[in-house]
Amino acid sequence: MENTVVSASKFNAWFGDNHVVKDVSIGIKKNQVVAVMGPSGCGKTTFLRCINRMHELIPGATAKGSLKLYNDDVYNMNPIYVRYKIGMVFQRPNPFPNLSIYDNVIAGYKLNGLKMKKADLNNIVEKSLTSAALWGEVKDSLHKKGTFLSGGQQQRLCIARAIAMEPEVILFDEPTSALDPISTSSIEALFHELKANYTLIIVTHNMQQAARVSDKTAFFYLGELVEFDDTKQMFTAPKDSRTQNYITGRFS
Amino acid sequence: MTPLENEITALKRELISMWILVQSQLNKAKEAMVKFDKDLAREVLVKEKRVNSFELKIDRDCENIFALYCPVAVDLRFLLAALKINTNLERIGDIAAGIALYVVESSVNFDIALLEKISLLNMYDEAINILSDTRTAFEKEDTVLARSIFKRDDVLDNINENAPVAIASVIKDDISTLPEALYMLSVIRKLERVGDQSKNIAEEIIFYVEAKILKHQESSKRKIQGEE
Repeated sequence: MENTVVSASKFNAWFGDNHVVKDVSIGIKKNQVVAVMGPSGCGKTTFLRCINRMHELIPGATAKGSLKLYNDDVYNMNPIYVRYKIGMVFQRPNPFPNLSIYDNVIAGYKLNGLKMKKADLNNIVEKSLTSAALWGEVKDSLHKKGTFLSGGQQQRLCIARAIAMEPEVILFDEPTSALDPISTSSIEALFHELKANYTLIIVTHNMQQAARVSDKTAFFYLGELVEFDDTKQMFTAPKDSRTQNYITGRFS
Repeated sequence: MTPLENEITALKRELISMWILVQSQLNKAKEAMVKFDKDLAREVLVKEKRVNSFELKIDRDCENIFALYCPVAVDLRFLLAALKINTNLERIGDIAAGIALYVVESSVNFDIALLEKISLLNMYDEAINILSDTRTAFEKEDTVLARSIFKRDDVLDNINENAPVAIASVIKDDISTLPEALYMLSVIRKLERVGDQSKNIAEEIIFYVEAKILKHQESSKRKIQGEE
């Protein structure tokens, strides 16, 4: 379906002999916020990293099955192009320490040797920082190092860096687990704004965050996708007893 | 057990204690009415305050659990159901107190033959049984038993519907029974409400256990969905 941005069909991933993602099939629609949750080691982060082909960067890591961005299999695409289209934000804010705020935002262009006019770059920086709700706070200090910002601001800078490449999808791997509640709240508010233009897939251990920010929730357990449904349904009446046990804290 | 499970178990125990008290209030109000025992009726009125205290305590406990534990899924449904069951039980407590108040204030006792003639005693017993069975359904999470309440409430509804004709006949036979007869009609109306409150509680039990919403559905549709 045209409306489906990311789709997986019988997708599997391994670390050596360790089968960590098992026959996952899922369809994620445009402009949705999808939360991915599950206990540690359930394969949720590995699945996330497969979506923009970061999984294969680890020695011994393999994958099999179909994983598509619209109608194109990401495993038949240039991985650099895949990462343009599918950006990623990590657990800990990781701006490039030696680069200014300005250069952090356009790092994707610089590192890939993409030459652009200064005016265009200025536009990208302003647009990306505005979208990441950071422009107002940093517009007068664009040439200071990114690492001078607070943790929450650094994470928004990383989001701006991902947005700058005009992706279709942004992946978030526990994006607020290293942040205080105020910064977490501002990132969560940002998700609501970002979904107008992007599809967001968020791995989180914080179930209340999943409930607050997502339209759909996926529950992974032992490498399997146990349940994928509307977040409201998942948090009021999940269909699978394993999901219910997990979200109510009765998991042994 | 998780801390939340402990809280929910304690809340369930508290609701059951309230339920037992409310049932006892209804039983005592009946006994006071039949025996015209003013002391027993006064006891019901005094204990109504305990029912109210239960309601406030359970409301507060639910509020604390929502605030502190952010319950989801079955726990969330249980708490939502507990709040509504709490309100329904408190209203049944009010009904028992209303019946007892008449006994306290009245100077004339009831004619048992009349009570039987208009099926009031049968209705009263059935209302108490229904309330008792909803408690069992709640304790055992037995949705089959909870569903049986819908049909049994129809019995109370029928007696209530036929009551004006039966009461009119009593008054026609002996006009001096008018105040007593009107009070009987009032008790019948109250017992019909006990049936409705029990039905509401049964719906909440089904919502909590099965995540199915049956309220505001036509009776026939509810029975069909209930049997799924």
